[in-house]
Amino acid sequence: MLTEQPQAIKPVIEFDGLSSKKSFRDLPWWFFALILIAIGVFVVISSNENYNDAFVFIKIGIATTIRTTLIAYVIAILFGLMAGLGRISKNVVINNLARLYVELIRGIPILVLIFFIAYVGVPALLSFVNNLGFWLSDRGVGVLGKIFTAFTNQDISMISRAIIALAVTYGAYLAEIFRAGIQSIAKGQMEAARSLGMSYSQAMRYVILPQAVRNVLPALGNDFVAMVKDSSLVSVLAVRDITQVARLYAGSTFRFREAYITLAVLYLTMTVILSLLVQLLERRLRAHD
Amino acid sequence: MTENKPIIVIKDLYKHFGDIKAVDGVSMNIDKGKVVVVIGPSGSGKSTLLRCINHLEEPSSGEVWIDGVKMTHAAKQLNEIRAEIGMVFQLFNLFPHLTVVDNITLAQKVIRGRSQQEATEIALEQLKRVGIPEKADAYPSNLSGGQQQRVAIARALAMNPKIMLFDEPTSALDPEMIKEVLDVMLDLAQEGMTMVCVSHEMGFVRSAADEVVFMDFGKVVEHTTPEGLFNNPQHDRTKLFLSQILEH
Repeated sequence: MLTEQPQAIKPVIEFDGLSSKKSFRDLPWWFFALILIAIGVFVVISSNENYNDAFVFIKIGIATTIRTTLIAYVIAILFGLMAGLGRISKNVVINNLARLYVELIRGIPILVLIFFIAYVGVPALLSFVNNLGFWLSDRGVGVLGKIFTAFTNQDISMISRAIIALAVTYGAYLAEIFRAGIQSIAKGQMEAARSLGMSYSQAMRYVILPQAVRNVLPALGNDFVAMVKDSSLVSVLAVRDITQVARLYAGSTFRFREAYITLAVLYLTMTVILSLLVQLLERRLRAHD
Repeated sequence: MTENKPIIVIKDLYKHFGDIKAVDGVSMNIDKGKVVVVIGPSGSGKSTLLRCINHLEEPSSGEVWIDGVKMTHAAKQLNEIRAEIGMVFQLFNLFPHLTVVDNITLAQKVIRGRSQQEATEIALEQLKRVGIPEKADAYPSNLSGGQQQRVAIARALAMNPKIMLFDEPTSALDPEMIKEVLDVMLDLAQEGMTMVCVSHEMGFVRSAADEVVFMDFGKVVEHTTPEGLFNNPQHDRTKLFLSQILEH
C-alpha cells in the first residue's frame, strides 16, 4: 500500500523460531540456551536453600515493580501522545513546548531525572499549588483554596514520585515514536479525510492515529520492556521494587551472589516473556496487512 | 433555488509556492451539471487549481464561491463545504486500515450523522453503482488499482456531493483498468453531476466533457468546448500541446 511502514525498531530479544521449515543450523540455539539457563536457575532456586531464601525475600518486590511500570507506562503513553501530536502541530506555541519537553528530557540521564523530579520537581510543584491555595483563600475562594493547601510534601509517596518520574521520562521517548508513526502515514490520507469534510482532529482520530498506532505498536512494546528494566532505577528512592528488596537482602545477609543472580533472573524472565509477546503481536499485525 | 447561478465561481485565484506561481490569476465560472476537464502540460497548475476549489490547497489570494457561498479560512465553514465536494485522487487514498464498506461509511457516520445501518445501505448501493458490490468486506490492499479508484469514487458519492473533483483519476492505473474507471465517470456525467476533472484522457474529453480548460504556466490559455479544442484551437500553445498528446 501507499503508507510507508516505519523502520521496525529491533526488539530487545529477537525470536524467529516460531516459523516452521527452518534448517537445523538456523534454529534459535541461543533461545534454547536461555531456556536451559532458566531451568537450571529455577532448579537451583528451588533446591538450594540460600537461593530459595533469597527468592522468597526478593519476590515481595515483584508486585511493586509491575505496578510501578504499568501505571507509569499508561501515563507515559498519554504524555507521549500529547507531545507527539504537539511536535507535528502547526501551532507555534504548542509545537515549541512539545519540542522543549522532548529535548529537555532526552538530554538528561534517567537516574538524574528521577532524583530531580522526586526531590526538586514534586516539592516545587507542591509549594506552588499550596501558595496558589493560600492566594485563593485570601481572596475568598475558600473551597478551592482548601483543596490546594491540603497536600503537603509528605502526602506524595516516593512510589508516586517514582511513577511520575518514569512517566515524564518515557513520555518524551514515546512522543518521538508517536511523531514518527504519524509522519509515516502518507499525506494523501489526511487529504482524503479532509476532502470528505472531516476536521483535523476527526481525521487524526479516525484515519491517521489508528494507522500510526498500529505501525508503532512493536516500538511501543519494546519501550515497555525497556521501562521494566529502567524501573530498577526507582530503587534509589527507596521504593521497594525487586532491585531495592534485593539490595536490602544482600546488605543484611551478605549473600550478594544469591541476591543479584536471583534479581537478574527475575528481570530476564519478565523481559523475555514480554519480548515474546511483542513479537507475537508484531506477527499478528503483519498477518493482517 | 438559484438555477442560473454558476455552482463554482473562481475569481482572480493565485497560488504561489515560494517563487513558483502554480496558479497565476485564474477566473472561471462552472455551471451546475457541467463536466469540465482541465488539461495542460505537467506543472501547468491544473492540479493546484483543482485543489484550491475545495481549499485542500489554500489560495494565496482570490476567491472561490461554492453554490453561492464564499469559502473562507474559517475551519468549520471549510469542513461543511468540503463535505459537499467529493474528491477523487490520483493515488486513490483509500484508508488501508478499514474495509471497503467501512471506508465508505466512515465520513457518512462522522460528518452526516447517519446510523451504521443507513450508512452501510448507502455504501452497498454506491458499490453496486461502481460495479464492485462483492468487494464490500475486502481490504483496499486486496483490490486492483481500478477497483480501488472505484471504491474511492463510491466513498465520495456516498456523501451526496453537489460537485465531484477528479485529480488525474486514471494516471496511476494500468492501461486495462483505465476504462472501468472512465466508465463510472461517464455514467456520473450522464446523470448530471457537476464534475471538474484534471485528466489526460482525450477520449473522456470527447465523450463526456461540456467544457475544456487548457492551462499553461498557471494561466488559463483557452476555455472552450471539446469541438472547439480539437477542431479549432485558438492558441499556438494549445495546438502544440494537442499535437504532442494526440500524435501517438
